[in-house]
Amino acid sequence: MANTIHADHAHDHDHDHKPHGLKRWLFATNHKDIGTMYLVFALVMFFMGGAMALVIRAELFQPGLQFVDPQFFNSMTTVHALLMIFGGVMPAWTGLANWMIPMQVGAPDMALPRLNNFSFWILPFAFTLLLLTFVVPGGAPAGGWTLYPPLVLQMGDGFPLMIFAIHLMGASSILGAINVIVTIMNMRAPGMGLLNMPLFCWTWLITAYLLIAVMPVLAGAVTMLLTDHFFGTSFFSAAGGGDPVMFQHIFWFFGHPEVYILILPAFGIVSEIIPAFSRKPLFGYETMVYASASIAFLSFIVWAHHMFTVGMPLAGQLFFMLSTMLIAVPTGVKVFNWCATMWKGSITFETPMLFAIAFLFLFTIGGFSGLMLAVVPADFQYHDTYFVVAHFHYVLVPGAVFAIMAGVYYWLPKWTGRMYDEKLGKAHFWCSTIGVNVLFFPQHFLGLAGMPRRIPDYSTQFADWNMVSSVGAFIFGFSQLLFVAVVWKAARSGAPAPQRPWEGAHGLEWELPTPAPYHSWETPPPPSVIARGAEH
Amino acid sequence: MISTARKTLPALAPAALALASAFAGAPARAEWNLLNMPVGVTELSKQIYSLHMTIFWWCVAIGVAVFGVMIYSLVKFRKSTGAVPDTSITHSTRVEIVWTVVPVLILVVMAIPAARTLINIEDMRNTEMTVKVTGYQWRWQYEYLDEGVSFFSVLDRQHDEIRQLSSGLDPKSVPDYLLNVDNPLVVPVDTKVRLLLTAQDVIHAWWVPDFGMKKDAIPGFVNELWFKVDADKVGTYRGQCAELCGRDHAFMPVVVKVLSKEDYKAWLAQQKAAAQPPAEGAAPAADAPAQASAPAAPAVIPAAAATAPATKPVASAAATPVAARG
Repeated sequence: MANTIHADHAHDHDHDHKPHGLKRWLFATNHKDIGTMYLVFALVMFFMGGAMALVIRAELFQPGLQFVDPQFFNSMTTVHALLMIFGGVMPAWTGLANWMIPMQVGAPDMALPRLNNFSFWILPFAFTLLLLTFVVPGGAPAGGWTLYPPLVLQMGDGFPLMIFAIHLMGASSILGAINVIVTIMNMRAPGMGLLNMPLFCWTWLITAYLLIAVMPVLAGAVTMLLTDHFFGTSFFSAAGGGDPVMFQHIFWFFGHPEVYILILPAFGIVSEIIPAFSRKPLFGYETMVYASASIAFLSFIVWAHHMFTVGMPLAGQLFFMLSTMLIAVPTGVKVFNWCATMWKGSITFETPMLFAIAFLFLFTIGGFSGLMLAVVPADFQYHDTYFVVAHFHYVLVPGAVFAIMAGVYYWLPKWTGRMYDEKLGKAHFWCSTIGVNVLFFPQHFLGLAGMPRRIPDYSTQFADWNMVSSVGAFIFGFSQLLFVAVVWKAARSGAPAPQRPWEGAHGLEWELPTPAPYHSWETPPPPSVIARGAEH
Repeated sequence: MISTARKTLPALAPAALALASAFAGAPARAEWNLLNMPVGVTELSKQIYSLHMTIFWWCVAIGVAVFGVMIYSLVKFRKSTGAVPDTSITHSTRVEIVWTVVPVLILVVMAIPAARTLINIEDMRNTEMTVKVTGYQWRWQYEYLDEGVSFFSVLDRQHDEIRQLSSGLDPKSVPDYLLNVDNPLVVPVDTKVRLLLTAQDVIHAWWVPDFGMKKDAIPGFVNELWFKVDADKVGTYRGQCAELCGRDHAFMPVVVKVLSKEDYKAWLAQQKAAAQPPAEGAAPAADAPAQASAPAAPAVIPAAAATAPATKPVASAAATPVAARG
């Protein structure tokens, strides 16, 4: 059967009518082309955000101010976060969704191809606006990515640029999310039930609903900032009857689900890679789906744990402590299920699996520090220190970013039709994993010993661990050049990849020929193929 | 694994060397208190520390179990050793229930002492004295309510010179770099002190790790926290502003000098004597609405300087230009 499909598509390949040159990208409506643009865009943003992180770590290498003015330092921390979250991780997920969801549900393309084009092309404009703030009077945003008023209102001429940039990023995310939902709901091949879908589709479906629910909340919050700044309202100013803390409530009502927007697709990817390289179906597939949905629900009722120190009523603090602790339960279930998937498997350690295993260990460490942060009295010590910085970088870098890289290594042969260099891939993995731990683990110590976050200079007792952390940052940062080298080399001159390069991989994408045809499933896969692909 | 990295990445050797030396150097100087939260010197800080260690050991225990299973699987079920997958293991409702219920129980066990401590933290009854703390960009003002004593607290001048960009001065040449002020907050030992926290311009956060407490100072609102320093813990305790508050956020330390009750009385009497004539004038100035935008601060300084003559160089940190609003 696979051979017939292969033959059909090899034939189709000559008739894909793909436009050439610049037009192919500017007017792209093909899910793979748009996916590629998203991924390349995300990579560029990762490097820009990474360069800013290295400015931060260079300044923090030693006590005293050596390189940058404190205001510029604050811009670095702020824009680093905005680029990494909205320009790096989120577009990378959308890129992977574009590439994989149609292939995994048996569709020829995304449901709304022109919308797809629009949602991508908004992004370069959004980030151009954001980066323009560096050259206008008053400089780039420096009040933290959380945009707390009144501080954010002290920003110079870049303020409206930043607000509109955030509006555009939000619009792009919402459009992308709509596309994912419509594709999954309407474009699944006949016979592909929702509970036959790979976990990556499931977690993305849930993520898409989160995006639609909370991106408008962020848009509302920043619009209120805009009117406070220019039109005399005082939503967030006590002088006019407003409340600066209200902004924090609204922001984190967006911000906490946002955290799961960044990590849920990672859960999906890891849930595909671990079974593939353990040669064993995912343990507790349905539980995994329900756990993801529970996490998504709970993410709406924990927001105030980001702001325990603002002075909430006792009952409020207790509620948010308990709801936050509760999130550990479905998250724990996921980790246990991944362990059970490896149990009595037959495990090999190709690069995607290595990244997935590192994800498992290091994300769990981030989960532990998250559990600690949930304990409100202890949070009064942890809050706004490097302990928090260590926590969220553990869940976002060896969490979300490692999962993105695992996904790229896993699917690259299907995308390009060529294998990457396993040795180089492993070198990239080990440098990244060692670097990321040297970078972030000492930050736990710094935070516990009393170093606040977002400071360009610190007391001398913090010097040693800051130096270690900075060394780790440079190891980790420059290791990513290896990643580019691996992908480049694979795409240019890798050995031809077979249709199913991973022995234990299941899913409809592996039923397509390699490289995947331009219009993925022009005819829906027959039920037998779906049954084989949906073996989880 | 490390050998793989070394083999393929000779370019990183210098960095690895630096790292190794940093690691080698660190334990020589690092003490336990640079790795963990301070136990602190107050009833609350000790309760918080014990909660912190309890949840930490829970995490270690769970970590040992979970990572143990992972490592065991990764070693035992390698394909290279001939492991054959048992594809019949796909789900088990019983197991799922167990590893849902057990974490819930652990969390309940953890939540009870946490809630108890939290209730204690929020118990503002029977405070023996009150100090109003106002955050400014980038200094603190302390007002002893009912005493007519009030002063500003800014980063020590010498530290301020060292911290200038490319000053060429060595931060290690002064003790407690960036954690020293001209006028520390002075409080008596073994006394339940209540702080009322607010801010003049943007949100700040007042934090002394040894007291276990951190709370935001928010313009237009008043927060409160309390601490009671143990009877035998006379000394100086240092912290920093913990909420990003603009350019010089890193340079507005919090220093608290804890005196014996007698010494505190003497200090207070001295402050009052120095503040005598304009003592009544200080109160209205302090009550002035705290909502003007940032540069309004200098208006308050004369009153404060009058009440606390020891505060002459108030302007040092204030002299740094404030980003103009709008």
